Amino acid sequence: MRLFSTYLIGLIFGIGISISGMANPAKVLNFFDVAGYWDPSLILVMGGAVVVAFFGYRLVLRRSAPLIDSTFHLPENPRIDRRLLAGSAVFGVGWGIAGFCPGGALPALGTGQIEVFAFTAALIAGIFAAKGLIALSGARAARLLRQET
Amino acid sequence: MPELTVIETAFTPWQALSGGMLIGLASVLLMLTLGRIMGATGVLAGVLTPSAHPGSGWRLALLAGMVSGPLAVLAVTGQMPVVQVPVSMPMLLIGGLLVGVGVTYGSGCTSGHGVCGMARLSRRSIAATATFMLTTGLTVYVIRHVLGA
Repeated sequence: MRLFSTYLIGLIFGIGISISGMANPAKVLNFFDVAGYWDPSLILVMGGAVVVAFFGYRLVLRRSAPLIDSTFHLPENPRIDRRLLAGSAVFGVGWGIAGFCPGGALPALGTGQIEVFAFTAALIAGIFAAKGLIALSGARAARLLRQET
Repeated sequence: MPELTVIETAFTPWQALSGGMLIGLASVLLMLTLGRIMGATGVLAGVLTPSAHPGSGWRLALLAGMVSGPLAVLAVTGQMPVVQVPVSMPMLLIGGLLVGVGVTYGSGCTSGHGVCGMARLSRRSIAATATFMLTTGLTVYVIRHVLGA
């Protein structure tokens, strides 16, 4: 029941991405090409999604708990740090080069097009590379801390 | 010098708006049922490293639903959603790698920060979204109008 309802929610998301054009790099890249073949569609995608989520969240988060879990899992880290900004900046460069973001690419896998699989394979490699680097720097920081104390 | 292909796309306001609203609806439903943020980055990372994310079955169900999205569109309309990739394979792979590194350091992408975080008025997500929208736009400008000129 829990898995089936979650599958349906993923399906709604995937249909939304497909209809909106977010799964189509040509459209995404043209949104950012204000100086060229500008296609403003993406602003309505983000606008529609944010407005619905804004009002929906206000209703849902009035509850003391979600329907099939004991508690809401909301990110609580309020810090705007270098890691957040540098990561987001690098993500933007990659998005501008390839035209796929993760939310666009995952549903687009369903089209079976080889380019989506190539992008997703590189995306996965990037995620593992970054996780490895973060773990390494964490281990080094812990070692330095031990030496100091 | 990257080979430059640009595919013109039409402004599709109604598809963009309705698709965006479905993305918002899916985000609200995931919060209502499981109390979770709808972030493609988190879903993919959770599926890839199940040991670090115990109880990750729901992420796999969500991913399966997302991938089914284009097939549902095909079943209803008789047409697979269009995925046009105006980007060469090497650029697609470089872009994918950068996206993977960026979203891991930045803790999110267009869906997690851009939709869910913005809808919660999270300062962190607003900063992340502003950053990647800016660098994506700059990257597209440089590729199409500086390098491509």
